[in-house]
Amino acid sequence: MNAMVGETYFRRLVVFYIPLFLFVFAMLFPFAWMLITSIKPDAELYNPRISPFIVREPTLEHWESLFGTTLFIRWAVNTLWVAIASTAVSLFAGVLAGYALSRLVFRGSTMFGIMIFVTYLVPPTLLFIPLTGVVTWMGLQDTTWSLIFTYPTFLVPFCTWLLMGYFQTIPKELEECARIDGATRLQAMSKIVLPLAVPGILSAGIFAFTLSWNEFLYALVFIHSPETKTIPVGVTSELIKGDVFFWGALMAGALFGSVPVAIVYSFFVEHYVSGMTGAVKG
Amino acid sequence: MQTQQTAPEPSLRERLVTALENQRVLGYVLMAPALLLILIFIAYPFVLGVWMSLTDKIVGTSGTFIGLGNYDKLFASDIFLTAAWNTVFFTTIATIFKAVLGMWLAVLLNRKFRFANITRATVLLPFIVPTVLSTLAWLWMFDATFSVFNWTLRWLWQMEIGIFGLVLKENWGFFRGPLWLGDPSLAMASVILVNVWRGLPFFAISFLAGLQTIPPDLYDAADIDGASGWKKFWHVTLPLIKPVAIVVIVFSIVVTFADFQLVYILTRGGPNNETHLLATLAYQLGMGSGNIGQGAAVALFMLPILAFVIIFQLWYLRREGVR
Repeated sequence: MNAMVGETYFRRLVVFYIPLFLFVFAMLFPFAWMLITSIKPDAELYNPRISPFIVREPTLEHWESLFGTTLFIRWAVNTLWVAIASTAVSLFAGVLAGYALSRLVFRGSTMFGIMIFVTYLVPPTLLFIPLTGVVTWMGLQDTTWSLIFTYPTFLVPFCTWLLMGYFQTIPKELEECARIDGATRLQAMSKIVLPLAVPGILSAGIFAFTLSWNEFLYALVFIHSPETKTIPVGVTSELIKGDVFFWGALMAGALFGSVPVAIVYSFFVEHYVSGMTGAVKG
Repeated sequence: MQTQQTAPEPSLRERLVTALENQRVLGYVLMAPALLLILIFIAYPFVLGVWMSLTDKIVGTSGTFIGLGNYDKLFASDIFLTAAWNTVFFTTIATIFKAVLGMWLAVLLNRKFRFANITRATVLLPFIVPTVLSTLAWLWMFDATFSVFNWTLRWLWQMEIGIFGLVLKENWGFFRGPLWLGDPSLAMASVILVNVWRGLPFFAISFLAGLQTIPPDLYDAADIDGASGWKKFWHVTLPLIKPVAIVVIVFSIVVTFADFQLVYILTRGGPNNETHLLATLAYQLGMGSGNIGQGAAVALFMLPILAFVIIFQLWYLRREGVR
C-alpha cells in the first residue's frame, strides 16, 4: 500500500510536476532576465567571469536613464493613445458589421462574411510596402493617425469575426419581442442585443488593445520622428545606437513596455482567453 | 406647432427611420464602416502592391512598367531563393514544435492541481507582451560574449571537468560556447526557438480550451475498457480535439509564415543573408534599399501559400459546419 502511494507520487512528479515546472520556467525566464539585467550595474553586466544570475549591487540607474534621458514616457503615451483609438475604431466598425452579418438578411452578406474572413488572415507583412504609399498619399506619414487608421485592417476583421459568433449565441426571440413592442431594428440592436453582448465586446476590445500595443511593422515603417514613435519601435530603434547596445536601459525599456499590457491582461484574463480562442474558432 | 391640413410629408428623420427598418438598407449601412476601412487600407493597397511589383519603382520615382522583370530577377537571386526556402523551413519546423509541445502543455494544464488558474494565466505571458521587446531579451541572452546560456554551459563544462579532476580553473575561459546568432544554421535554430517560445502558449491555451469541452465520461468509459494513458490520448483526446487543432495550426501557419519581427531583431537576416525570411527580405529591399518594386514582389510571394492555406481553412470550416 505504502509503496503504491509512493510510486504514484513519484510518477506524478516525473510525468506532471517536473515537465510543468520546466515549461513555466522556460516561459517566464526571459522576463526574469529583463528584470535582473535592468537592475544590474554595467560593471557586473559586462563581466563574463562572474555569475550573471546574482545581482551584487542592485541599481536603479538604468531605470532612471530610461525615464529621464529617453523619450520612453512619450512613447508610452503614444502607444496608449494609438491602442485606445484604434481599438475604439475597430470595435465600432466590428460591432456593426458583426451584427449585420449575423442577424440581417441582405444581398452579398455571405460574400462579405468570406471577405472579412480572408482579410482576417492577410498578414501586415504582405501589404506594408503599398500601404506606405497610401499613408503618404493621405498625408498621414509620421503621425499617430497613420497607425490609428491602419491597425483596424487587422483588428476589424478579427472583431467582426469574433462578434459574429457572439451575437449568434444571443436568442433572436429577445429582439423579436422588442420589435413587437414597437422598437425599431436599430433600437432593438442598441438596447437589447448590445447590452447582452458586452462580454463579447469586452473580449474583442481587450484582445484588440493588446494587438495594437504590440504592433511593430507598421509603426516601424510609417513613423520616423523619435517623439511620434510607439514603445516597440522607440525602444528598438532609439535605445540602440549603431552597434552600441545599452543593455541595462534596453531591458528596462522591454520590461516597462511589457508591464502595462500584462496588467491589462491580468485584470481580464478570462476575457482575453475567450477572445483568443473565440477568434480562431469563429 | 405647425398646423397642416393635408397629411404631413414624412420628415427626413422619419424617412430615415423607415429606410433603416429595411434589412437590406440597414445591412449595407452597418457594413459601411468596416467595408470602407477594408477597401481603402487592404483592397486598394493590395492592387497597388501588385502594380508596384510589376514596375521598377525606386523611392522617389513613379517607376515604369516592366512586366514580370522583378520576378525574373528574384528567381535568379540566391538571396531570394534562400529566403523563400527559409520561410518554408522556419514555418514547418516551428509549427511542428509548437503543436507538439503545445499539446503536451495543454494536457498538463488540463489536470487538476493547486494554482491551476494562475499557472494557466502566467504561461500565456510570452504571447501577450510585445514580441519585439521579449525578442530583445532573447537577443541579450544570445549575446556573443555575455550570453547567459553560454555562461551556464561553461559552468557545467567546468563542473564536469572538475568532477573528473582533469583541468583546473585556468581553462575557465577556454570554452566560449556557441555563437547563437553568428553561425547560419544555429542562427536559424535560435530564431525558431524564440518563435516556438512565443507561440507555444497560444497553442497550449487554445488546445486547453478544446480539451475542456471533451466530456469526462468518455475517459471513464475508456478506463472501464482498460485503456492506458497513451491509448486514451490517441483514441479519445486526439480525434476530438482535431477540429480545434487544425484551425489553430492553420492560423499559426499564416502568422509564422509572415513573421518579420524575430528575424528583424535577432539577426537582420544575417549572417551573410542566411536567415532572411520573405518578410524581412521585402523590408530590406523595399525600405532599406528603396527598391520598392522588388520589395513588393517579394512580399507578394507570400500570397500563393497564404491563399492555399486560407482556402483550405474555408473548405474545412464549411465541411465541418463550424461556420
